[in-house]
Amino acid sequence: MAHVHDILIVGGGGAGLRAAIAAAEADPKLDIAIVSKVYPMRSHTVAAEGGTAAVIKENDSLEDHIKDTISGADWLADQDVVELFVKAAPAELIQLEHWGCPWSREPDGRVAVRPFGGMRIERTWFAADKTGFHLLHSLFQTSLKYESIKRYDEWFVTKLLVENGRCQGVVAIEMQTGLIQPIFAKAIVLATGGGGRIFPFTTNGAIKTGDGMALAYRAGVALKDMEFVQYHPTGLPGTGILITEAARGEGGILVNKNGYRYLQDYALGKPLDVNDPRHPQLRTMELGPRDKLSQCFMKEREKGNTIPGPYGDVVHLDIRHLGEKKIDKKIPFVRELSKNYAGIDPVYEPIPVRPVVHYMMGGVHTDIQAATSIPGLYAAGECACVSINGANRLGSNSLTELLVFGARAGRNAAAFAKEQGKLDTAVLEAQTKDEQDRIRKNFLTKTDGKERIATIRTEMNSTMEVGAGIYRQEGPLQETCKKLAELKERFKNVTIDDRSNCFNTELTSVLELENMLDIAEAVAHSAVNRKESRGSHQRTDYPKRDDENFLSHSLAYCTTGAPRIDYQKVVITNWPPAERTYGDTK
Amino acid sequence: MAERTITLEVFRYRPDKDKEPTFQSFTVPFREDWVVLDALNYLKDQTDGSISFRWSCRMGVCGSCGMMVNGTPRLSCAAFLREYYPGPVRVEPLANFPVERDLIVNLDDFMKKLKAVKPWIIRKEEKPVSEGEYRQSPAELANFKQFSMCINCMLCYAACPVYGLQPDFVGPAALALAHRYNLDSRDEGQELRKEVVFSHESVWECTFVGECSVVCPKDVDPAGAIQQEKVAGALDLVKSVLMPWGSR
Repeated sequence: MAHVHDILIVGGGGAGLRAAIAAAEADPKLDIAIVSKVYPMRSHTVAAEGGTAAVIKENDSLEDHIKDTISGADWLADQDVVELFVKAAPAELIQLEHWGCPWSREPDGRVAVRPFGGMRIERTWFAADKTGFHLLHSLFQTSLKYESIKRYDEWFVTKLLVENGRCQGVVAIEMQTGLIQPIFAKAIVLATGGGGRIFPFTTNGAIKTGDGMALAYRAGVALKDMEFVQYHPTGLPGTGILITEAARGEGGILVNKNGYRYLQDYALGKPLDVNDPRHPQLRTMELGPRDKLSQCFMKEREKGNTIPGPYGDVVHLDIRHLGEKKIDKKIPFVRELSKNYAGIDPVYEPIPVRPVVHYMMGGVHTDIQAATSIPGLYAAGECACVSINGANRLGSNSLTELLVFGARAGRNAAAFAKEQGKLDTAVLEAQTKDEQDRIRKNFLTKTDGKERIATIRTEMNSTMEVGAGIYRQEGPLQETCKKLAELKERFKNVTIDDRSNCFNTELTSVLELENMLDIAEAVAHSAVNRKESRGSHQRTDYPKRDDENFLSHSLAYCTTGAPRIDYQKVVITNWPPAERTYGDTK
Repeated sequence: MAERTITLEVFRYRPDKDKEPTFQSFTVPFREDWVVLDALNYLKDQTDGSISFRWSCRMGVCGSCGMMVNGTPRLSCAAFLREYYPGPVRVEPLANFPVERDLIVNLDDFMKKLKAVKPWIIRKEEKPVSEGEYRQSPAELANFKQFSMCINCMLCYAACPVYGLQPDFVGPAALALAHRYNLDSRDEGQELRKEVVFSHESVWECTFVGECSVVCPKDVDPAGAIQQEKVAGALDLVKSVLMPWGSR
């Protein structure tokens, strides 16, 4: 039996679920389906901790949220999109409140907000320090009440079906049976999240392999701004588990091996005593933006001021002065994670931390409508680049982004689907057959492969860190591009042990690796071509921002060889590029 | 000094080719900071790519990697090898669930039960978003917060003797979530959830062994939730006898 729907959403995390609900509410007659390689509640939205930004308090303003986002982005955000985003944000978060999200509250029962890095005012809504977990479960549980939303849980999408210039479905492996089948739809939304797993040391879960980005890229859609990879300044060494920015929002400090608050040496303002009621100061010191804080760590390491550890150098995140009561109330997960995975209790000891790959600002190129260049194909959330994050995303903007643009993608996909006639599934079946053959021939029935998945993956991880890490320059980046080309060649010779059908997780791993190699290449080549330093993209050989030549988004296109890199001007409306300063500005 | 090792006994079952499940023993490096999941990934990467298990966040919040470790339901990302040294460590799929393959179990039953308890805010009248948030005091939040922490990892079902014998039992996690919404000051759906919560297969089946709360990695206390619902159900029954004209 053919699987046919009006709208198919690939990915069941925050953006995908929000898209599904928006489409269901747009028209209850629409037949909607979510396909995901995991059950929705396993999606990586679950791991977001600190909070989600929207203007709700009287002392805040939309203008300020816009300005913070644009300067945080080092002026690489499209300002029309940022404006729309900021204006839509409050209603989205209130909607989520109505759907049961257990937001932390003020004594009077209104939602509480906390300070976050790079924001000039407290505007981050939070559910203790499990905001993403609560957001995801609230959305998932709410989605269950819509009878029009169906799900394909644990189906792994391998290809987009594009025919007559229109996206009309996907090919997917039903993991339980191993059957490779088409799912047809009049409109498709990609909501598959990021691809942090191309790097060796990341906060991202195992499933973050850039699948949706790779699907769109191979179908001819550009990947935009892929060189911008966010390092979060505070990950646990070894595992890369995230210690939320909320730890600093609540007053935590970063110190080097001498117990010195080193951020004061890097144009991030002067420290206040931790007991000063004005601490922590917004847009200052520990509440600077993530890109700058991660860069400061590297400079401290160069100076020999970091602390050696079994998993490389660390600095200390000290929250002891907050006291047990506040820690347990506001950031209990920080304590739980530190105890379990760093073996220390942060009530009594500082937490060892180091920068860790966290988020991809880049992704599937969409316009302000969340539409891609292929009619019928939309994208939202981390897998997309609608351009609010530019060269550096501010903490707590990503959860808001997946709500605002997830909903927008869902509504626009609904409108598009309603205009389409019946699908011509016969043509699409032929494409499906080709994809089935490809998967069987390349992986399941191949007998002469030699390369193990883990070998190629480890080499990819390592070359990405060396060439495309926090600081970059021409030589190592070129080496990384060369290495990735070599790995793609060697991938043709990959082998898997498992040839069975039921839950063949080695087959999905090899397909994930194929996806990662593609997006890693887009990252590396976009980085080589951007000969300036901006936000998270720091070139030691081009240390200055260059608005004359690079106030543009990079667009990486898939070819049979290396990606082709093109550019598109940033949309500037009311906020002309200026120097990006922190520490003493208001 | 030679590298320390530990033996992992892995439950293997591939429906395509195995008639019966077997245990396969592997030797893996013993590292102080490795969890059972690290050992499994080491095996999958280096030794046998066909070992199948679910995992993602490896920080105890996605709920994917539950399995029996030496007979107890655990998140394998939070079960350290050092807890089991010198071994062996036996890993099996979660008890009480049908096994799909190796360490992967079928979750269809839970997914149906989750939906059946209507785990969403039910209002007689929806407040428009333009009118802002519902007020909820910190005390009202604290009332249900604990029961909202469930990550659906299924350890409680694997530990529940009632679910083992009586698969129709709605079970700890789903009932705890029903309770979570019943306690939420924004919710008015208690009546609509009654049918499932107070059905024959529901709270009354629980014999209060309490194993669910013991194994819960997030301190949700499903046993407590079920007992509280029983009290509510009993009161309801009393009221319906004493005050047949309606009480709630």
